[in-house]
Amino acid sequence: MTLFENTKIVISSLFTRPATLMYPAKPAKKTANTRGHVTINPAGCITCRTCQRKCPTQAINVDVKEKTWEIDNMRCVVCAVCVDTCPTTCLTMDNQYRPAMTARGGIEKVTVAGPKKKEPAAAPANGAKPAEKKE
Amino acid sequence: MAAQVITPIGVGDVVSKAGQAKKDGYRLVQIGCTKIGDDFEIIYVYDKDFTLLSYRITVKEDVVIPSISSEYFGAFVYENEIHDLYGLHVSGINIDFKGTFYKTAIKHPFNVTITKEGDSCQNK
Amino acid sequence: MSKQITVPFGPQHPVLPEPLHLDLVLEDETVVDVIPSIGYVHRGLEKLVEKREYTEYVFIAERICGICSFIHSQTYVQGIEQIMGLEVPERATYLRTIWGEYSRLHSHLLWLGLFADSMGFESVFMNAWRLREHILDDLEATTGGRVIQGVCKVGGVRKDITPEKLDEMLKGLRGMEHELNDLTNVFLNDSSMKHRLRGVGVLKKEDAYVLGAVGPTARGSGLAIDIRSTGYGALGKINFKPVVEYDGDCYARCAVRAKEMFTSIDIIEQCIKKIPDGPVDMKVTGAPDGEYFSRTEQPRGEVIHYIKGNGKKNLVRHRVRTPTFTNIPPLVTLLKGVDLADVPVVVLSIDPCIGCAER
Repeated sequence: MTLFENTKIVISSLFTRPATLMYPAKPAKKTANTRGHVTINPAGCITCRTCQRKCPTQAINVDVKEKTWEIDNMRCVVCAVCVDTCPTTCLTMDNQYRPAMTARGGIEKVTVAGPKKKEPAAAPANGAKPAEKKE
Repeated sequence: MAAQVITPIGVGDVVSKAGQAKKDGYRLVQIGCTKIGDDFEIIYVYDKDFTLLSYRITVKEDVVIPSISSEYFGAFVYENEIHDLYGLHVSGINIDFKGTFYKTAIKHPFNVTITKEGDSCQNK
Repeated sequence: MSKQITVPFGPQHPVLPEPLHLDLVLEDETVVDVIPSIGYVHRGLEKLVEKREYTEYVFIAERICGICSFIHSQTYVQGIEQIMGLEVPERATYLRTIWGEYSRLHSHLLWLGLFADSMGFESVFMNAWRLREHILDDLEATTGGRVIQGVCKVGGVRKDITPEKLDEMLKGLRGMEHELNDLTNVFLNDSSMKHRLRGVGVLKKEDAYVLGAVGPTARGSGLAIDIRSTGYGALGKINFKPVVEYDGDCYARCAVRAKEMFTSIDIIEQCIKKIPDGPVDMKVTGAPDGEYFSRTEQPRGEVIHYIKGNGKKNLVRHRVRTPTFTNIPPLVTLLKGVDLADVPVVVLSIDPCIGCAER
């Protein structure tokens, strides 16, 4: 009769550190690749709306006229398709999870730079103006 | 992967083909239903030694389809699902749930398409 | 003539990971008949095909189930690639196989823990899940997600693994093998476990074949049905043999899963040694036109995705037939003759993943 097969494992775990991570008192384990939430660099956005078209849960809304970019964090499933397809790479995937909520919330709205205006070819007087400006 | 051939047959041959497959040693893999326009296509897939044998029938909504659970006992899950999701009538299932296999808010949900207005988060 | 009473089992039950209802007809504590009832987590995911394009649908296919999510997405993209005639780069197929086997390891460890818990053996449950953390850590470090990987796409994979990381993963697995050995030793050799599992819930080989059992449920009864033998993905270039046991009882099914973990580690090692360099994805244009049955081996058995497209961006039909759905008729058969107290152990021995079964 082979009994107490598990005793060896139990006794050895008496002498090792507990494997439980005391989250949220201690921060969660994170790696460089972890998908936490989507962040945007507003200066780089050109409101092409590629992220809005590609988002599988329709969590992103871009308003071209108002020049705003909005994301519903509770709808986002952090699939990173928007990050991969953004042409100016202004979206990044941060590796901290978004905080838990007890009521409807998590909608972030930022004002973005918008498409760059093309510099008119014959404008030598204002040659020094920077390319990025609102309207 | 080898090419996969799906043979079209008539509704009356369903049970005899199932009996033939069972005699030849095939096991039932799945029975799947697709709605194309007004027609329903039901595909019976059998497998032996990793080679698939598939049959397709095309029916309209009011046709009664015979059950193959006399040959394959396990077919009742698929046939009850077809009845509950698509509204097709399958006669002679050995364990017939009579529409209570999946209890959904809308009867036969895969038959209807509903578009909700203004449901997306971002006021689209 | 003893009286028959009906006892409802589920949908809420401590051993069940997901809701499943069984009406047990009992005569003096022995089950004589079972009527199953599912539909508690039916989400109708297949209907979303009409709303999402075939490239975005990968994310929905992944979320059919949390435990077997990677292999669902792998099967789906494989089906689309076969219809469209795409030649996926070889490195991508090897990476998919590696992640698929990691997925199998984590699923079997999860099941071993739940199985021990159903018998009341909680310290083994906690040990199994502690080992599972190593696997989830590796998955998170390479794909970004512990449970839902989100790394498959039509035409390849979205992330690559550096050779140093691959070596580190292999060293980690080999180091874990010693602890895995200790854990499976408890399942296979401990007398009290054997007493509870031997001879309980026997499924004979002929019954298993005709009723459509797949996966470890079938392999525990002597049927060598393992879709990995067809050689999809990179498995055509890997040597492996399916694990088969012949008794057909709960002990055999448990032994199949315990030994399959070591087979998985072997497959991962062979993949890591043979993985070629190269790109991991390819450009995809157009839309699928045609139909195909895509089959792979999930931890619970054979999953088959039927995909039908007609040249538009939205598919016509995507039907998933998961292994638990087809293991329900064998469950109904093998529960007959079992004592009421053994019913939770037997139900758990087929590894019910009802979220998959109902999509």
